[in-house]
Amino acid sequence: MSKTINRRNFLRLSLLGSGGLLIGLQFAGCESKGSEMPVDIDTLDFTSFNAYIEMAKTGHVIIYSPNPEIGQGVKTAMPMIVAEELDVPWKMVTVKQAPLSNDFNRQVAGGSQSIRQNFPTLRNAGATVKLMLMTAAANQWKIPVSECSAEDAIIKNTKGDQLKYADVLEAAALLEVPEKAPLKKSKDFKLIGQPIANVDIDEIITGKPIFGIDYKEEGMKFASIIIPPFGANLATFDAKKALEQKGIEQVVAIGDKVAIIGQNTWSVFKAKDLVDVQWKNIKSDQDSKVIDAKMDKALSKKANKIVGYGQYDKAIKNADKVISKTFSSPYVAHATLEPLCFFADVKEKNVRLIGPTQVPKDSATTVAKELGIPVENITVEMTRMGGGFGRRLSTDFTLEAALISAKIKAPVKLVHKREDDMDSGQFRPKVKYQMTAGIKNNTLKAFQIREAIAQNFGLRPWNANFFPKGTTDHYNIESALIETEISTLWWRAPISNMVGFSTGCFLDEVAEEMGKDVIDLHHEMLDVATGKKLPYAPKRMKEVIDLVKEKSNWGKSDKIQGFAAYFSHNTYVAEVCEIEMRGDVPVPTKVFAAVDCGIVINISGAKAQVEGSILDALGHSRNSEISIVKGKVQEQNFDTYKLGRMMDTPVVETYFVDTNAAPTGLGEPAYPPAAAAFANAVKKATGKRWTNHPFLA
Amino acid sequence: MEFSLKVNQQNFTVEVDPGTPLLWVLRDELQLMGTKYGCGIGQCGACTVHIDGEAQRSCQTTIEIAEGQDITTIEGLSDHGDHPVQEAWKEIDVPQCGYCQGGQMMTASAFLAKNPSPDAKEIRMAMQGNICRCASYNRIEKAVAVAAEKLTK
Repeated sequence: MSKTINRRNFLRLSLLGSGGLLIGLQFAGCESKGSEMPVDIDTLDFTSFNAYIEMAKTGHVIIYSPNPEIGQGVKTAMPMIVAEELDVPWKMVTVKQAPLSNDFNRQVAGGSQSIRQNFPTLRNAGATVKLMLMTAAANQWKIPVSECSAEDAIIKNTKGDQLKYADVLEAAALLEVPEKAPLKKSKDFKLIGQPIANVDIDEIITGKPIFGIDYKEEGMKFASIIIPPFGANLATFDAKKALEQKGIEQVVAIGDKVAIIGQNTWSVFKAKDLVDVQWKNIKSDQDSKVIDAKMDKALSKKANKIVGYGQYDKAIKNADKVISKTFSSPYVAHATLEPLCFFADVKEKNVRLIGPTQVPKDSATTVAKELGIPVENITVEMTRMGGGFGRRLSTDFTLEAALISAKIKAPVKLVHKREDDMDSGQFRPKVKYQMTAGIKNNTLKAFQIREAIAQNFGLRPWNANFFPKGTTDHYNIESALIETEISTLWWRAPISNMVGFSTGCFLDEVAEEMGKDVIDLHHEMLDVATGKKLPYAPKRMKEVIDLVKEKSNWGKSDKIQGFAAYFSHNTYVAEVCEIEMRGDVPVPTKVFAAVDCGIVINISGAKAQVEGSILDALGHSRNSEISIVKGKVQEQNFDTYKLGRMMDTPVVETYFVDTNAAPTGLGEPAYPPAAAAFANAVKKATGKRWTNHPFLA
Repeated sequence: MEFSLKVNQQNFTVEVDPGTPLLWVLRDELQLMGTKYGCGIGQCGACTVHIDGEAQRSCQTTIEIAEGQDITTIEGLSDHGDHPVQEAWKEIDVPQCGYCQGGQMMTASAFLAKNPSPDAKEIRMAMQGNICRCASYNRIEKAVAVAAEKLTK
């Protein structure tokens, strides 16, 4: 793309002080077409309007997608928002991944926030350029811009004259960039809400090299890495045998890790197993079982109060009935199918980083700090990612690549062998939730969640202010931190995933105890919450509950059904899971999901996220467990670390609430209720309450 | 050592160590990056290619075994990305991250070549060996059924 921004445009844009000029750092193959393109867009001369939009006289439009793409669909959805307000036909749009740039807000794939936080900016980026084009046309017609309208890249005036965007491109680019422009009414959206295919679909189905692991350039070295057990340090290593291997050039220590550098991936993978590494300070207490016992102990007494109101202890004392259940989950790995990898080229004064990251800015600042190179001399190109789920919110692997490159003074692509990807785990925290309810006059009066969590990544979100806060008169949330050296990190729907599961299961138990339908209980609780100041809207939660009730034929169906609902990542989701008993084994066959994520941008991508989140939750809750012994990850690959597969898969039916509310996120919120809805159906069928993940262990 | 390979109807000679998995020959020697590394132990299916028409794990196939055989990778599944399986994948908008999908399509296309009118259970059995970490299984299943319809038309 560098050739598309010529010197002339650069000067013009600089003079105008327009928001954006992107320096050409395009990863080959990352360009994606909105549809079939009859011409080679690289041959066209594009005029840049802002950081998001370039247009050519042929009518072709390039829209830059600012945020990292991990499979959550923002590379399709974010440009759709720009194209909607710019009002150009989607088939003329080519989407490109933007590099890290100060022109954009929060270039992060995390927390389901890309759409929610960027919606106004993306609209404005399109609308301001549309206004510039209309103004240029109005100037040509010598009429006020208020007498012009534009649609599908054509500007019209009240007399019936027409100009194409392409006709006024150059004149428009000379205009002052307006700060604001009129936005469309949501009823006038044409593109938003449509099913638009993944913009990289053609590249994906033909195997184009669009992922970080595919990156290659002349003179590049290959590296693999050996990771110490959690808490241990590197003592010594003997690389004699490894260095005898053909294609192996160096074996070097990188802190407590050992890197193997060579001429291709296979040789560095093979040689890795020949390095004799000795660790010191191996700690026997870095062990899942030891941590489990600490958690149980922590749950037996009061923990740190996080949130509370009313008189919980008194209410429990005065309750007619008190019920309590504890739910637990082991560590689980992100296990992105594309293993951790990154390309780094560290020179004396500058650094190029290319690869899969959810946090390009953090990657640059981390490497800058470690290498003592100014951050402005570091470029980061984002490739498409073979999954993220939170793992690539950390910068450890990017830094590893940079440190290796700095040490060997050559460009290098580091790829973690799967076993090392597992050893590098920064897992979903191991956690237990002890839930307690006090019932008085057959009404849920007091609610407590006591958490014991083994995590070491500092600040964490706490969902104590979410549902069911406000639904009971007395409420108490406590948390006990179990300190360990086992790395943990954000993992799809962090905290919500297990709090949502535990809450969903526990309310099912409470409803059974009270002899009430669990959906009726939710309604009662949300009635209590109505009118209170809460971070969620009880009314919207009721709407998704009612929608899933209707669609699943809840209470009337002859199927065995379980229900759960949760609010997280600003989105409301209610789910009903149907199961069949195959012998003694309960199998989920269908999941109904009702979702309120505000306005849906791309209905195809949105449904994909709901389907994926639900199947992901069912897969992990049934199968997946990481166990640690003496700091060492026991499940080294997919033979022992089990993931959900095709045979276990129910069919997901997704329904969205019809709303004009601003869009929220969808990469995560359908995850938390899914395993609860499944476990609740299992309880109905078997009488057994599943409390511990993985269910099938 | 020198080995001769026939990949996507083209002949290649590569100089690699004996025992090198076909996966790494494709990726690092022939620059065919569509075949993906996921586990290296034949568990995930991301590296699936066709060897004499059979879906095989290229991470478990050494260069010695691959030599002289007719190998097809995702890049060679069709000339213009228009194999019925590719068309179905596009129509159903299957991929999320997309990393596993080349392997999924290679498994699906070899399966449908042998069984062009599968029932739902047969589709599920056939696709069981391929992990999709994004869990796009609903759409994979649907796309295989749509591809089967296209093939039998």
